[in-house]
Amino acid sequence: MMSFISYLLNGVSLGSVYAIIALGYTMVYGIAKMLNFAHGDVIMIGSYVAFVAINSMGLPIPLSILISVAVCTLLGVTIERIAYKPLRHASKLAVLITAIGASYFLQNMALLIFGANTKSFPSVVKMDPLKLADGQLTISSETIVTVIACIIIMICLMAFMKYSKAGHAMLAVSEDGGAAQLMGINVNATIALTFAIGSALAAIAGVLLCSAYPSLTPYTGAMPGIKAFVAAVFGGIGSIPGAFIGGILLGVIEILGKAYISSQLADAIVFAVLIIVLVVKPTGLLGKQIQEKV
Amino acid sequence: MKKMSKITKNNLITYAIVVFAYAVCEILMRAGQMSSLMKGLLVPLCVYVILAVSLNLTVGILGELSLGHAGFMCVGAFTSAVFSKCMASVITVPTLRFFLAVLIGVVCAGVCGILIGIPVLRLRGDYLAIVTLAFGEIIKNVVNVIYLGKDSNGFHFSMKDSMSLGMEPDGMIIIKGAQGITGTPTDSNFTLGAVLVLLTLIVVLNLVHSRTGRAIMAIRDNRIAAESIGIDITKYKIMAFSISAALAGAAGVLYAHNLSTLTALPKNFGYNMSITILVFVVLGGIGSIRGSMIAAVVLTLLPELLRALNEYRMLIYAVVLIVTMIFTWSPKAIELRERYSPEKLFRKKEKEVQ
Amino acid sequence: MAILEVKNLGISFGGLRAVDNFNLAIEQGQLYGLIGPNGAGKTTVFNMLTGVYKPTDGKIFLDGTEITGKSTIEINKAGIARTFQNIRLFGELTVLDNVKAGLHNQKEYEYSALTGILRMPRYYKAEKAMDDRAMELLKVFDLDKEFDYKASNLPYGKQRKLEIARALATNPKLLLLDEPAAGMNPNETQELMDTIRFVRDEFKMTILLIEHDMRLVGGICEKLTVLNFGQVLACGETSAVLNDPNVITAYLGE
Repeated sequence: MMSFISYLLNGVSLGSVYAIIALGYTMVYGIAKMLNFAHGDVIMIGSYVAFVAINSMGLPIPLSILISVAVCTLLGVTIERIAYKPLRHASKLAVLITAIGASYFLQNMALLIFGANTKSFPSVVKMDPLKLADGQLTISSETIVTVIACIIIMICLMAFMKYSKAGHAMLAVSEDGGAAQLMGINVNATIALTFAIGSALAAIAGVLLCSAYPSLTPYTGAMPGIKAFVAAVFGGIGSIPGAFIGGILLGVIEILGKAYISSQLADAIVFAVLIIVLVVKPTGLLGKQIQEKV
Repeated sequence: MKKMSKITKNNLITYAIVVFAYAVCEILMRAGQMSSLMKGLLVPLCVYVILAVSLNLTVGILGELSLGHAGFMCVGAFTSAVFSKCMASVITVPTLRFFLAVLIGVVCAGVCGILIGIPVLRLRGDYLAIVTLAFGEIIKNVVNVIYLGKDSNGFHFSMKDSMSLGMEPDGMIIIKGAQGITGTPTDSNFTLGAVLVLLTLIVVLNLVHSRTGRAIMAIRDNRIAAESIGIDITKYKIMAFSISAALAGAAGVLYAHNLSTLTALPKNFGYNMSITILVFVVLGGIGSIRGSMIAAVVLTLLPELLRALNEYRMLIYAVVLIVTMIFTWSPKAIELRERYSPEKLFRKKEKEVQ
Repeated sequence: MAILEVKNLGISFGGLRAVDNFNLAIEQGQLYGLIGPNGAGKTTVFNMLTGVYKPTDGKIFLDGTEITGKSTIEINKAGIARTFQNIRLFGELTVLDNVKAGLHNQKEYEYSALTGILRMPRYYKAEKAMDDRAMELLKVFDLDKEFDYKASNLPYGKQRKLEIARALATNPKLLLLDEPAAGMNPNETQELMDTIRFVRDEFKMTILLIEHDMRLVGGICEKLTVLNFGQVLACGETSAVLNDPNVITAYLGE
């Protein structure tokens, strides 16, 4: 029983990381209408930046995280500007291929700069684990921080969308980019802002992910990135609470699958979830139906 | 009609290129002018060409992005390797065994294509891409945990380890989980590879220029209009997708029978492989079958010949993807192209004459 | 008997009643117009007739057979072909191939994928017959010289014509044209009117068209139905309908 709860908590922790990444995915997908494949690799870059800042430069942890966030924000906006903006009116296929190209570019750039060796990432959380039920159940401090961070981020984002002018602009662009433009909303700036927020979140997710799973390679971001997209689809793409619920559920499914079914098949189980969701309810848990107009 | 002969002529040129390239390689080999590095590359080249051409059927002709193409290759490779390993002592003519293996691999990959296509092809665009990716990864993961053995009692199957197969001592383990299949007869060679390339090209080109191909491209260009003229969307999508999968299976068979040890790694059957194939298709020109073929050859040979490039290969692939797309689609690039394209300048003159 | 008979057709989207109690009867060979202000539900009627939307109530009969609720593909096979308000061609295919795609389901040109891949004799025979038939149709629309152009490279007016040619290739009993003159100048419209009339006479075709251009409607349609807010406002001979005070009010306001 205790081990089940412990797995469950691990799942919620991993799920929170997925949720933070999925928030970035879901915002970009909702507003720019594109699947930003490079999102997962922005996570990886963010982790490397934090790694270098902490380990090589010996900077304090909060400052390192800030630097990582700044670099990722800049990176996200730059990718959008160079690779995606020229393709705003291109076919979906073209945008998708470009995004894959961007993802590949970041991975291989990191491979050239940092090498293929696994770096052991230092945890950014320096607290004692929480012991419950007479020490039978240990909750790691990373888990606590990750879950709290995830909830705070989600609430902030929802407030941002609801109350700020930029948030309203985002909603308008996601409904109808053309109409938003005619209403005087700067669509390009709104999309750039979306990428900036998504990428900043990716940096935070990267640091949290690597604190919990401390091995860092150029491919670290790819799988969590794809799984976070699965989470975003699961929860209903474009929906912020959906990304949160999807992320948590997916993390729990993955960890429980790993523990009780097969560790080698954990990824396969996650992907099977995606396929089942898309086949049964393509709009996800909280998504809305969009029909093509004839 | 003039147009018909143009298509036929174009196809014949494509076939001629293959025959010519094959002849040149054979002559070089016979004359002892080919390095062992090149010799080792010949069969993989055929594998890549088949993969690129078959993926172009999905991406270029059907217009859907599949990121799980390597998964179908994996199915073809493993099913055919199991067949050949079991039949190694029964069928002793390697070429016959190989063609039967191709048949098995093609059918299994094609059936997989149909099974996966039915749920997947109802989705569109990004969702379809991510689901094909998911299927590719699932196939790879599942293959890695399969244990298959054969003894006097028949086949034994397990997904845990080789001990749980419960085999008689005389038994032979065929698939050993992550260690894959060892001792597949290396039945393939360059000639068989070239034959498979030709067959693939014939299947794809003939399919594209037929009633079926027209229906598939009509769906690609405008699904709603295709429906309005009575074209069965699901049927033709699944047909294109599964033929593409079946041909990837053929590539897998060729791949498996070129190695004595077959394992499912991210490198050969994972997402990375699918992307590499996609790069061939994109650089060769989406929808251009001959382009895919040439791009597959050039992009495989270049990094091998220029060793210094090899380190940067993946990075270059990434740049190729982005630049090709921007060059094809960005409004600025289109404007530039229109202004300086010789064809357009020529056409303008023609109009003025009229 | 009417070739198309629509009885009490209606559809709701959520709470919105887009079309209500819509009735229509078109005789063989008639040129029938469906008009009405923007948002009256004309295209929605077309979408119900062609199976894009499933009607919430009512029945549709084509040549005596009920087709209500069938899929777009089945309805096309049953004999309704259409064009679209916003042109939907197969842009990357040639003009000829666009029409040949329209011939897809006709028995005399059918052959299997395997026949195509193996290039059996049937392939050559069917393709030749398709080419001939498609060129014949292209000639009617004066598109035969452009047969090997990419469809998306055709000028706008010709694209509209190609869409009609492609619809005719499916050998329909009833042809639906959704604003065929949209975006055309008066000369092109005039030419289009002649073509539509020619198609009716040459193919003995029954045509139902949605149109805003009153000159075109008055010039070629024999009967009209006017829709307003999803309801039939008037129905009858063209001249009578166009002079109906209700119709004039609906179009010009009070």
